[in-house]
Amino acid sequence: MDLLEVQALSFAVGDRKILERLDLALAEGEIHALLGANGTGKTTLACLVMGCAGYVPDAGEIRFRGRRLNDLPLHERARLGITLAWQEPARIEGLSVRGYLSLGSARTDPAACLARVGLEPGAYLERTVDKTLSGGQRKRVELASILALKPALAILDEPAAGIDMLSIGEIAEVIHGFTRDGTTLLLITHQQEIARVADRASYLCGGRIVMTGSPQAVAQRYQTRRCRVCDGQVCRDGTTG
Amino acid sequence: MERQDDLLRALYTVYGDAGTLLDPRTAHLVVEGCDVLSRQEIPGVEIRAEPHDEALIAEVRVADGARVTSPIHTCVGILGVQGAQRIRLRLVLGRESSASLLAHCLFPNAEAARHVMEAEIEVGEGAELHYSEGHYHGTSGGVEVYPRARVRVGPHARYLADFSLLTGRVGRLMLDYTIEAAAHAVVEINARVFGHGSDEIRLRDEVILAGEEARGLVRTRVAVEDEASAEVVGVTHGRAAGARGHMDCLELVRDRARARAEPIVDVSHPLAKVTHEAAVGTVDQKQLETLMAHGLAPEEAVDVIITGILR
Repeated sequence: MDLLEVQALSFAVGDRKILERLDLALAEGEIHALLGANGTGKTTLACLVMGCAGYVPDAGEIRFRGRRLNDLPLHERARLGITLAWQEPARIEGLSVRGYLSLGSARTDPAACLARVGLEPGAYLERTVDKTLSGGQRKRVELASILALKPALAILDEPAAGIDMLSIGEIAEVIHGFTRDGTTLLLITHQQEIARVADRASYLCGGRIVMTGSPQAVAQRYQTRRCRVCDGQVCRDGTTG
Repeated sequence: MERQDDLLRALYTVYGDAGTLLDPRTAHLVVEGCDVLSRQEIPGVEIRAEPHDEALIAEVRVADGARVTSPIHTCVGILGVQGAQRIRLRLVLGRESSASLLAHCLFPNAEAARHVMEAEIEVGEGAELHYSEGHYHGTSGGVEVYPRARVRVGPHARYLADFSLLTGRVGRLMLDYTIEAAAHAVVEINARVFGHGSDEIRLRDEVILAGEEARGLVRTRVAVEDEASAEVVGVTHGRAAGARGHMDCLELVRDRARARAEPIVDVSHPLAKVTHEAAVGTVDQKQLETLMAHGLAPEEAVDVIITGILR
């Protein structure tokens, strides 16, 4: 049984179909990269799997270890071992980095998690996860918080966004390290340096997965796509992707 | 002595630092109703207090150049179920002096009590005052509190103030502070209040940046739930060259509570600048979901967010 099974998932906003009968399966322990042009529904898929407010499938099933998630609230999905690191993590006034890395079911030493993402624990543990952190620092703290949680499934939405180019390889190494903790990853990314660490990749176009294969093969297909911004209607059958 | 012990017990319950107050190296003034229960001076700090016309007239004076290392404590309150207290406080920091003043205002058992504080504070040239005022009004919601202060901050002086009422009910709180900053003075005010039930909160902080290069920052954090209401009025005047002021107000609203923010910027010198930001609304959905994605239940996530903004 796959850890995550998404079957015939459809979701629309008004008349605009974002996802249409999308299928995706993640095996336990794998890193699965998801590529797609802007507006193609990658973040929507992440929010549907996590159960964010306003994201209820119009049709289809989301199953985690065989259990149907569709009607489960977000925090109960988190307690099953699913988490999501947003592309732009929320900033929370007055909450220390130490406190943030100790939330909920976190059971790993916060200092060790910070060190793994390249942040000096002594300099960051007592800082707050508010606007005093730069975008890149906040992203690293978010990755550290996922390391602290040791979830069964983590969805990382553009984990290297806001990270300087010289550190991309370092972040790729951090992502690869998740699997040592037993975490399965769904990796939403535009960056090949990040996608390269995946075991498999899928290409999302026009609301559907149009290709699944090796990261290299999928990246090749993605790079030669014709659409830069998905408008759904044009490439709905995937042939122009 | 018994009343003092009761007041200190209440202080210990709320803040856990009653022992510090009784330290012989600490200046203090303990008042219940209009009666002075205890008064202690230390070198460099004079404290006078006496009742007059149903009010207590008190003066705390820090000598020129004195560097007071232990915080000065004032502990005022009403222990009974009912009562009224009116205090006129004059606090003077001499030139180049520095001190911290911890003001504890305790009404642990009150069901119908009224407290009026009229303070005049002078921070002399080059002096620095950390003024921290913590309130506990019990759990009945029957306390009315009117803290008013007029503060003059001298040239190159610093006035850093913190007001907090985070535990128990608020009742009715009508805070009204006006602070005038001379040249190169620095004013920083933080106010944090959590209202429940039918609590009524009104905070008015007015900062007058009267001198060149004066600096002012007013930061207000209020959370209201149930049927509580809050109104925050921040006024900053920029009246001199290089004066810089900022007001930052955040109010969180839950249930049927109501909140209002009114920032007023008044600049009358072309080289002065005053900015403001105000946000009033419910708990941010993305913050909530971020915390829930870490396994917190919705109510736990709301607690973390409210605790954070009031910290």
